Amino acid sequence: MKKLLTAAASIALVSALSISAVAADKLKVGFIYIGPPGDHGWTYQHDQGRQAIDTRFGDQVETVFVENVPEGPDAERTITRLARQGAGLIFTTSFGYMDPTLKVAAKFPDVKFEHATGYKRTDNVSTYSSRFYEGRYVIGQIAAKTSKTGVAGYIGSFPIPEVVRGINAFLLGAQTVNPDFKLKVVWVNSWFDPGREADAAKVLISQGADIITQHTDSTAAVQVAEEQGVNAFGQASDMAAFAPNALLTSIIDNWADYYIARTQAVLDGSWVSTDTFGGMDANMVNIGPFINMPADVKAEAEATVAAIISGKLHPFAGPIYKQDGSLAAAAGETIDLGTLLGMDWYVQGVDDKL
Amino acid sequence: MSPYEAILLTIITASTPLLLAAIGELVVERSGVLNLGIEGMMVMGAVCGFAAAHVTGSAWLGVLAATFAGIATSLLFGLLTQTLITNQVATGLAITLLGLGLSGLIGSGFVGLPGVKLANVSIPWLSDLPYVGRLIFGQDPLVYISIVLTVGVAYVLNNTRVGLIIRAVGQNHHSAHALGYRVVAVRYACIAFGGATSGLAGAYLSLVYTPQWIENMTAGRGWIALALVVFSTWLPERLAAGAYLFGGVWILGLYAQGMGIGIPSQLLSALPYIATILALVIISTNRRLSVINTPASLGQGFVPDR
Amino acid sequence: MQLILEKRAQASGLMNLLSPVLAILLTVIMGGLIFAAMGKPPLTALYLYFIDPLTSWWSIEEVLVKAGPLILIGVGLAVCFKANVWNIGAEGQFTAGALMGAIIPVLWGEWQSPFALVAMLFLGALGGALFAFIPAWLKTRFGVNEILTSLMLVYIAQLLLDWMVRGPWNDPHGYNFPKSASFEGWHLLPMWGDGRMHLGLVVSLVAALVLFWVMRHTLKGFEVNVVGSAPRAGAFAGFSQTKMVWFCFALSGGLAGLAGLIEVAGPVGQLQPNISPNYGFTAIIVAFLGRLNPIGVIFAGLLLAISYIGGEGVQIELGISDKTTQVFQGMLLFFILMCDTLILYRLKWISTQSSQQAIGDPS
Repeated sequence: MKKLLTAAASIALVSALSISAVAADKLKVGFIYIGPPGDHGWTYQHDQGRQAIDTRFGDQVETVFVENVPEGPDAERTITRLARQGAGLIFTTSFGYMDPTLKVAAKFPDVKFEHATGYKRTDNVSTYSSRFYEGRYVIGQIAAKTSKTGVAGYIGSFPIPEVVRGINAFLLGAQTVNPDFKLKVVWVNSWFDPGREADAAKVLISQGADIITQHTDSTAAVQVAEEQGVNAFGQASDMAAFAPNALLTSIIDNWADYYIARTQAVLDGSWVSTDTFGGMDANMVNIGPFINMPADVKAEAEATVAAIISGKLHPFAGPIYKQDGSLAAAAGETIDLGTLLGMDWYVQGVDDKL
Repeated sequence: MSPYEAILLTIITASTPLLLAAIGELVVERSGVLNLGIEGMMVMGAVCGFAAAHVTGSAWLGVLAATFAGIATSLLFGLLTQTLITNQVATGLAITLLGLGLSGLIGSGFVGLPGVKLANVSIPWLSDLPYVGRLIFGQDPLVYISIVLTVGVAYVLNNTRVGLIIRAVGQNHHSAHALGYRVVAVRYACIAFGGATSGLAGAYLSLVYTPQWIENMTAGRGWIALALVVFSTWLPERLAAGAYLFGGVWILGLYAQGMGIGIPSQLLSALPYIATILALVIISTNRRLSVINTPASLGQGFVPDR
Repeated sequence: MQLILEKRAQASGLMNLLSPVLAILLTVIMGGLIFAAMGKPPLTALYLYFIDPLTSWWSIEEVLVKAGPLILIGVGLAVCFKANVWNIGAEGQFTAGALMGAIIPVLWGEWQSPFALVAMLFLGALGGALFAFIPAWLKTRFGVNEILTSLMLVYIAQLLLDWMVRGPWNDPHGYNFPKSASFEGWHLLPMWGDGRMHLGLVVSLVAALVLFWVMRHTLKGFEVNVVGSAPRAGAFAGFSQTKMVWFCFALSGGLAGLAGLIEVAGPVGQLQPNISPNYGFTAIIVAFLGRLNPIGVIFAGLLLAISYIGGEGVQIELGISDKTTQVFQGMLLFFILMCDTLILYRLKWISTQSSQQAIGDPS
C-alpha cells in the first residue's frame, strides 16, 4: 500500500519530493505559534524574532513556522513534525505547549527545544520569558501622572501569574505618584476577542477610567480609547498606528536578540539548557517612544527606565502590602523569584477580587 | 456624557449586530426555511466589507460589499436547499464552515491593517440635547438601519400582501403552491434578504464595532441571533426587545466586574448563554406565545408534485 | 429546455455508492483551482494534502489518532441525526465527559489500579450523557429547540472547565497556570509503540461496528429509521418520539463524553482549558459525510483526519494558510449534500412550456 502510493505519487509529482530536501549543513529552526503572525500582538513579535534570524544568518539557517496551533492534543503532533523534518532548534511560543514540548523532546534527544513562559526543563529543553512587569511599572507611573480621574482600567485575559504580576506592577508604579490611585480590572476570558475587549474598554471608561491598559493581544482597546478621547498603552507591539492621539507608549516584547543568540549557540555547538527571565537590561522588554505626554512626564519615565536597567530600582521592592493588608515584602526586601512566578494575590488598592 | 448614557450606548452597539442578523433570519424562517449559516454569512460580510472599505477608503462601499457578500453566500444556501432539496440543517452548517474558512483565506492579507470606521450620524442641535441627544440622534447609521429594518419587516409581514404570501408559504407550502404562489421563488427571495442583513451585521463588526479584520471575528454571534429568533416567537418587535436584552446582559456582566464584585469571571461570561436558555424555556413553555407564529413547514424542503 | 429534479420511484443504489466518490472528486478539483488561484502549485499541494499523510508510518499513526475521537463522536451523532434529533452540542458533552472522568485522577490520585481506568471511562461516558440530558429534558419537557440549547451548553461547559482548572482543580505545583496535575499510571490509556497510538481508536471502531449492527438488525435500529424518516408512521407503530429524543441524546452524549475522557487520559494527559480542537463540531461533518451510516462514518473520520494532517504539511511546506482545511471540509460537506440529492431525485430536461407550470422555479 505504502509503496504503491509512493510510486503513484512520485510519477505525477516529482516536484513535491524535492521540497523536503534541505541541505544537510543548514540549520533548520522551527516555530510553533498560538495565533496568526498578523495579530499585532504576541505572535507578531515572535514572528519578528523569527525574521530577525533570517536576516542575521541568511543562508546558514532556514526558518519554518506553523500558525494557529491549538494548545491541545494537536500541539504534540505539530512539534513532532518539525523535529522529524530535520529542525535542529524549535521554539514553542505559548505556555500550553509545555508538556507536549517535553514529550517530543524526550523522543528527539538531539534536537534543542525552547519553550516560552514555562517552568519545566530537561537537558534539551530550555525555558525563556521576559520581565514584562518592568514595563508595566513604568506605564503605571505614566498613568498616574497623566490621569485626571485617578482611575485606570485594566483589561485582563486570564488570571494567571503573568497577568496578575502585570496588574500589581502597574499599580505599584502608579502608587509612587498617587498613593490613592484606583485600578479597575475586567477579565474577558480570552487572549484574543476584539469585540469583548472593546466592550470592556467602553465599560471601564464609563466607570470613570481615563487610562486603558490591557493584557490581551488585539488592538481593539486602544482603538476604543482613541475614539473616546482617553489615553491607552500598547501591549506586546507598538500600537501607535491604531491610536495616534491616545497612545502614550507601548510595552514591546523583543525576542529577536534572544532568538539570534540561541541560534548562534546551536551553530557553535555551545547550546545548553537554561532558564532565561530577561527584562529591560537584557533588551527583552522594550518601551516604545513616549508620545502624547508633557516633557516632564516623559523625562521621569525615562529616568525610571534607566533606574530599572541599571538595577537601582526593582518594581517589587518592599514595602508591599497584599490586598488583605498583610505584608508581602518589608522595606528593604524584594519579592523573590518563586513568589513572582506563582503570583496569585493582588497588592493593596486593586479594585477586584481574585 | 453621564455613565448611564455611556452604558446604554455600549449596549446598543453590542446589540445591533445581533438585531441585524436576526431580523433577516426571522423573515427566512417565516417563509419556512431554517438557515443555520448566519455565522458564515456574517463573517463573509465582515471580511468583504473590511476589504472593500480598506481598498476604496469608503466605509459605505464596505457596507455595500458586505451586503452583497452576504447575499452571495446565502444564494449558495438557497441553491442547495431550494433547488437541490438538501437537508437544511446540514447545509447551514456547511455554510458556516465554508464561510469561516473562506473569510480567513480572503482576509489573510488584511490582518492587522487599520480599518475605516463608519462615521456617526450627528444631527446638529438635536444630538446635543441632554440625556437623550447622543442616544437617539448621534448613533452610527447602521443602528438606524437596523431599527428601520425591524419596523419595516413588522409592517410588511403584518400589513401587506407580500407578507401574507411569505407567511402562507411558511405555514403550508403545499396549499400555498395550490393557490398559485411560487413557493421556491418566495423562499429564494427571503433567503437573499437574510443574507443581506447578515452581511450588514458582519459589516457592523468590521466597520463599526472594532474597525479591523480578525479571523472568526463573529465569535458565535450568528448562533445567538438564531436563538433570538426563536426567543422572539417570530415577532419583529419582540426580536428587538430580545436583542437589546441580550446585549444588556452581556455588557452588565462586564460592568459588574469593573465594579469589583468578586464573582468568577467565567460565570459572568456564561451569563448570556444561560440567559438565552432560560428565555427559550420561558417562551417555549407558553404554548400560546410560541405555537401561533411558528411557521409550520419550517425546515422542510419543497418539491412541487407533478 | 430546462433542468428540473424528478423524484425517483426508489432510491438509486448506484448513486448511493457513487455519491461520496463524486463529492470527493469535486472537492479535489475545486481545491486544485483554489490553490492555483492562490499561486501555489495545485498538484503538489493536493499530493501533500491527501497522499503524503499516508506515506509514512508516523503520519498514518497520527491520522488514526486524530480519526479516533471524530469517529467515536460521529457515530453517535449519525444515529441522532438519522432519528431527526439535532444534537449540535457534542463539543460540550465531550468537555463534560472529560471533566467527570477526571474526578478520579484529580481527587483520588492515589487509587492506582486497572479498575481506576475502567471507572474513568465509565464516568466519562456518564458525564457526557448527563450533560446531554439537559437539552433532552428541555426538549421533551418544554419543547425547547435542541439545536440552540445544546449549542449554548457548549460555551457553558467550556467556561466550567476553564473555571475548574484555574480554581478548584488547579495543579498545586503548577505555579497557578491553568491546568490540573498530570495524570499518571493507570489514569492514562495504554499506548503502543513510540508513537501516540492508544486504546481510543479500538473503542471507536468497536462502537462503530456495534452501532452498525444495532441499526441493521435490531428493533431499536428500525425504530430510529422509522421515527426519523416518517414520524407519523412511527407514532402509529407505537414508537415514542419522547423516548427517542432521550435515547439519542444519551447515546450521542455518552459517546462524546467517552471521547472526551479518552483525549484527556490519552494524548493530553491532564485537564487544561483547551482539550478539543473542535472535535465535537467536526464530527457533525463526519456524520453527514459518512451518510449517517456507522461504517461510512469510519471512512469519513479517516478522510477528515487525513485532511487535518495534510493541511499541516501544506502549511509547513508551501506556506498555505491553515484556513484551507476548513474550506475543504466545508466544500466536502457541500458536495456530498448536493450529490446525495441524486440518490432520491434524477435530473431531467423538460421543455420550457411544461416548466412554466413548475411553480417555484427560481428563474
